[in-house]
Amino acid sequence: MQQSNPIPDGTTEQSTSEGSPYAANDDARVKSMLDEIGVADVEELFDIPESIRFEGEFGIDDATEQEVKREVGETLSKNADIVEFLGRGYYSHYVPSLVDHLSLRSEFITSYTQYQPEISQGFLQVLFEYQSIVSELTGMDIANCSMYDAATSLGEAVTLAHRVRDASGSEVLIPDYVREEHVEVVKNYTQGVDIEVKRLQTPDGMIDPETLEQTLNDETLLVYVENPTAEGVIEEHLTDVGELLAERETLFCVGSDLVALSLLQDPGEVGADVVVGNGAVLGLPKSYGMNMGIFACRDDFLRQIPGRLVGSSEDTDGNRAYTLTLQTREQHIRRERATSNICSNQAWVALRAAIHAVSLGPEGLVSLADQCAEFPEQLAEKIDSIEGVSAPVHDAYHFRDFKAELDTDATEVASELSEKGFAVHDLDEQTIQISVTEQNQHMTTEFATALAEVME
Amino acid sequence: MQRHTQTTWNDTESEGYEPLLSEKDLTTVSPDDSTLPDHLTRDSIELPELSEPEIARHYTRLSQMNYGIDSGIYPLGSCTMKYNPKFTEDIAALPSASIHPDRDTETSQGTLEIYHELQQYLGKIGGMDAVTLQPPAGAAGELTGILVAKSYHEYNGEGEQRDEIIVPASAHGTNFASAAMAGYDVVELPANDNGRVDVEALSAAVSDSTAALMLTNPNTLGLFERDIEQIASIVHDAGGLLYYDGANLNALLGRARPGDMGFDIMHYNVHKTFATPHGGGGPGAGPIGVQDELEKFLPSPHVTVSDDDGEDKYELIEPGESIGKVHGSMGNWLVLLKTHAYISRLGDAGLTDASAKAVVNANYLASQIDLEIPFGPFHHEFVASAGDRDAADFAKEMLDFGVHPPTTKWPEIVSEALMTEPTEAENKESLDQLAHAFNSVHDLDESEFDGAPNSTAAKRIDQTVAARNPVLDWQSIETEEDGGGE
Repeated sequence: MQQSNPIPDGTTEQSTSEGSPYAANDDARVKSMLDEIGVADVEELFDIPESIRFEGEFGIDDATEQEVKREVGETLSKNADIVEFLGRGYYSHYVPSLVDHLSLRSEFITSYTQYQPEISQGFLQVLFEYQSIVSELTGMDIANCSMYDAATSLGEAVTLAHRVRDASGSEVLIPDYVREEHVEVVKNYTQGVDIEVKRLQTPDGMIDPETLEQTLNDETLLVYVENPTAEGVIEEHLTDVGELLAERETLFCVGSDLVALSLLQDPGEVGADVVVGNGAVLGLPKSYGMNMGIFACRDDFLRQIPGRLVGSSEDTDGNRAYTLTLQTREQHIRRERATSNICSNQAWVALRAAIHAVSLGPEGLVSLADQCAEFPEQLAEKIDSIEGVSAPVHDAYHFRDFKAELDTDATEVASELSEKGFAVHDLDEQTIQISVTEQNQHMTTEFATALAEVME
Repeated sequence: MQRHTQTTWNDTESEGYEPLLSEKDLTTVSPDDSTLPDHLTRDSIELPELSEPEIARHYTRLSQMNYGIDSGIYPLGSCTMKYNPKFTEDIAALPSASIHPDRDTETSQGTLEIYHELQQYLGKIGGMDAVTLQPPAGAAGELTGILVAKSYHEYNGEGEQRDEIIVPASAHGTNFASAAMAGYDVVELPANDNGRVDVEALSAAVSDSTAALMLTNPNTLGLFERDIEQIASIVHDAGGLLYYDGANLNALLGRARPGDMGFDIMHYNVHKTFATPHGGGGPGAGPIGVQDELEKFLPSPHVTVSDDDGEDKYELIEPGESIGKVHGSMGNWLVLLKTHAYISRLGDAGLTDASAKAVVNANYLASQIDLEIPFGPFHHEFVASAGDRDAADFAKEMLDFGVHPPTTKWPEIVSEALMTEPTEAENKESLDQLAHAFNSVHDLDESEFDGAPNSTAAKRIDQTVAARNPVLDWQSIETEEDGGGE
């Protein structure tokens, strides 16, 4: 046992030298319990051979709650205090306080998967309502309770395609605007199946139906299209893509997010088979990339969908009651023949997204989404007037993000902007990407001024 | 005896349950005034339009129909449902914690420092040389670890030849599924009469086709695999790697480390061992640790530190033979941040004590219940048998005693299994309450089971019916009622 240190904060808070502050039994009770068990010392309960017993120390100091909070707060404050104009699939919208307060109710956050539905009705109803909201926004028949993130959802969509399509196809078409990181995840998710990822060129920032038609062949298993794209372009040829694929044994997968879906074309209406994307644009801020994957599809794939599903049923009194359902698809029953290996998912983020969606309501969602379409246009116009800046690069409608072309080195510009307190993406030699939402819109004038200074 | 009773609501038109949001309101909105042209927008969306007080009451009531760790004992075996400290939520809510993942390293030194420190912490705790935090759940950690093993064998020119992963019959379902996702054939290994790995069967199972053996230690029965060194030699001699499933690490903190037992790769379930909240099913996080020679295969990017004129400078690097990415960005960061806070709070002394008290609690509870526990000596969990009763029915009866029942019917090596893990969070009184629930139900004959549960928000729910006619959203409920005409 180490010495108890004097507590610098002058509080009476215990250090952990007496043990874990989150273990309930004190020494006296442990002693009485050991008597009941019939051993003299705790260590006798560890049936570990001497040769591999760990006799060392981790060398991790304990600390009071107050100290940990202060130290972590100080460390995190080493993140530069800059205004982010960063997007490319990762966004913050204002999360109402209500979301924090309700989602942190400990009955929700300290529960686990609803293996005993009779005492888990609350969370099951939340997830059922979440599935309903996702179905509505994606225009799909069914939605699951969540995947880890947008990238792993896309990976799961590809393995779904492999399961449900009879065609011997092995080619997956992913446009060049999709984040490279997400494509890498797809490649890792499909190691167990014979898949080849092919990148589709999109010089205009969106699908060119003619190029797609020429690229499609009998081997094409799935075509992925983002709306908006990671570069912020609103796709104008969804209907054409849907029509092209309707005739074929090729799955049509749309990537989007819950805010964009509130305004942009309904994937169900354009013939999408699967919809994936980032669900945590509602419920969570950017969170260093942590998010939640939505996964929705046509009901033809009901028994092939990955992840958990909540269904409505009845209890023995005849009242409506909810339960996890169709579990024979899942790893704990089907093992190596499961539709996915997923067990823990992002249920609590789904809860937060649902509360956020309901807080906004349909009016609020549509108007938030409309701002996402309006703000980039305004900002692009503003910076296009700066000498040496041309924006937006693509002649298209945009959502949150747009690219700007510079007559000078993008990395240098991004770095100088950073010194002035603004972060943007530098994409290639002379292109930067800028993202604007209601969270940073109030700083656009300062941003444009800074960019103008940097470009001088 | 204290007991948790769940709330039902009878002040609304729907008797006994909280109406769906869609039953409170559905409003259709069309984006007619949008900035965008018509052909790029949808026709309409139909969702509830409710006031903030109505929403607050809806979710508060639903929370009252849900059982969490703060409601009472939650002894789900293999899930390690320990108390979740509240202060970690305050840390995760700090605005400085939620920066964008594409920031350059210069402007994200704070986040990277914590990220790196957690890599170091986990390495020390598991006895591993390098750790990645990218996998967003335990199962994702398994997939990542197996992909690392695969890359290792490919690097050594044995990728084609080594196409099998060996998994004990009693392993978590995710082990089988993860191995299959990585493209491997799964070879199932039977247990011996003592509930442990059958070393002879293992010797027969390994070959030059073996890529890895996946193992948890203590195993799902709570038993330590005492032959672990021999097991490691058998696998290593055959050219395979040894993978540790970290589900049961809460039994060993400060007593033994997977790295010292001969494991080459391991995953950590931080939502189990390090008390981050389970969140109704997630998010968790599943970092993996590896030995030196496997570091170059870890996912990209990896966080490292270098000396910059006496200052620590954190960087993102791509390991030389990286498997690539297993998550779109850096994993479930907020969960990792809570993990870091928990480990920092407890330190060596607290972590070591957590395991001691978890093991004492499991052994004390076992000493107080009348059911048969076929295998021992166990550590943080044990598997009791419901005998000639159905374990699922047994669990439903337990619900009426105000406790969450154990994991049921798994592992199958114990008939009608009740897999029980109380964790260090429980005091003696709550363990006594759980023992009372076990023993009271044990005293009943199956014919005396009375259709339990009867004191919960919902009565017994028939899951077979739900699966036969799946109704997965409120839209389908409306259709059903419209179509049904009743």
